[in-house]
Amino acid sequence: MSPIIRKKGEKFTLPSKYLLLIITFICICMMVVTFTTDMFHDSLGNVVGYVTVPFQNGITEVGTWLSDKSDELSQIRILLQENKELRQKVDELTIENTMLQQDKYELNQLRELYKLDEEYSGYEKVGARIIAWDGGNWFHSFTIDKGKDDGLAVDMNVMAGSGLVGRIVAVGKNWAKVTSIINDNSNVSGMVLSTSDNLIVCGDLELMSQGLIRFEQLVDSKNQVVEGDKIVTSNISDKYLPGILIGYISSMEMDSNNLTKSGYATPAVDFQHLEEVLVILETKQSLED
Amino acid sequence: MRRKVFIGILILICFLLQCTVFHALAFGGIIPNFLIILTSSYGFMGGKKSGLITGVLSGLLLDIFFGEAIGFSALIYMYIGYINGNFRKIFFPEDIKLPLCLIALSDLVYNLIYYSLLFLLRSRFHIGYYFVHIILPEVIYTVAIALIMYPLILRIDQKLAEHEKRSGKKFV
Repeated sequence: MSPIIRKKGEKFTLPSKYLLLIITFICICMMVVTFTTDMFHDSLGNVVGYVTVPFQNGITEVGTWLSDKSDELSQIRILLQENKELRQKVDELTIENTMLQQDKYELNQLRELYKLDEEYSGYEKVGARIIAWDGGNWFHSFTIDKGKDDGLAVDMNVMAGSGLVGRIVAVGKNWAKVTSIINDNSNVSGMVLSTSDNLIVCGDLELMSQGLIRFEQLVDSKNQVVEGDKIVTSNISDKYLPGILIGYISSMEMDSNNLTKSGYATPAVDFQHLEEVLVILETKQSLED
Repeated sequence: MRRKVFIGILILICFLLQCTVFHALAFGGIIPNFLIILTSSYGFMGGKKSGLITGVLSGLLLDIFFGEAIGFSALIYMYIGYINGNFRKIFFPEDIKLPLCLIALSDLVYNLIYYSLLFLLRSRFHIGYYFVHIILPEVIYTVAIALIMYPLILRIDQKLAEHEKRSGKKFV
């Protein structure tokens, strides 16, 4: 047994204790780096995105297909009944629609008069499909199937239907991560549409299952705000575009300081059944420039 | 080698399941934690090092897509994998009680750490609410899934180990 041969056969192994220490150190370094810069999201995110996003796309598609099919089977009877009712409704609505169209014509004229071109129906939007949800039960965030290649960028607002869902916080080549406004660590500056009073809308994990969000610091000295009032994003927010519907006030009470009010609001979006979202291709910063 | 590739694929599958399909199968909005089953299992089946590496990879995957800071979950998962590795000495493949207990405990500890670092520090003090409505359901659901998933992992791992031993003998 010459030492040279033994050296060849000997495999170098690192004791797990040292490996633990080394990786701990690397992880802490990475955390510090991600808090200060966003270089990892560019490189790591793209690499992992290449591998997982196609799978997520496929699985979600199959999942939705399956649930759609089972829904179809179970709901056919209800649908037939509903169909009859809806037909009647269509007739009613057509009549209403023609009346509304006349109103709309008038409205358009008035709008031009007031130059209300900052209404959010004018923002350019792109649709995206949700492909994966947060892997835990603590936060409510998800990834969508569009990314940098489709012109998305960090801080773009995300909507579903007519309500605000959240904003993009990280973006990869073909995916983007969205945190929603019902997230426990999210705060949105909003205002009551009818009175233009500002307030802060904050997500709360305890209210998430009840489908509510909390709002705070509503200054309503004239007592004009009532339950059912619309809350929209305010002009002073630096991340959210103004005038996007957040939800409706469902209950409120005076704070102990007797100056501000706080309470609960019902979001305009059904966060439990989100499937597709709209991303507004404009950020507040670019709007201000 | 084949075992390592298998662990990698398994982590990917578990991550994908956890993030996509199981949101449709959530009970009361609670999804099970597949990655903790994996990390814990490979900890007490393969030892400290294999638990540690499985944990890091699982956590890193979660961090990249959903984390606030990359490395945060990786760190928690890694320590859970490492600590599970200490139980290898008293682990026997025939016994299912110890693995299930360890998986449940791992999930519990993971959630408690996660709560205290991300919620308690932001002065969300209702630990009772969070424990009853989030941590406990997740632990129960995870153990229920582990009941099916763990024997599967164990059997495949044993098959692969056998295969490795055989092919190793051929070369010698």
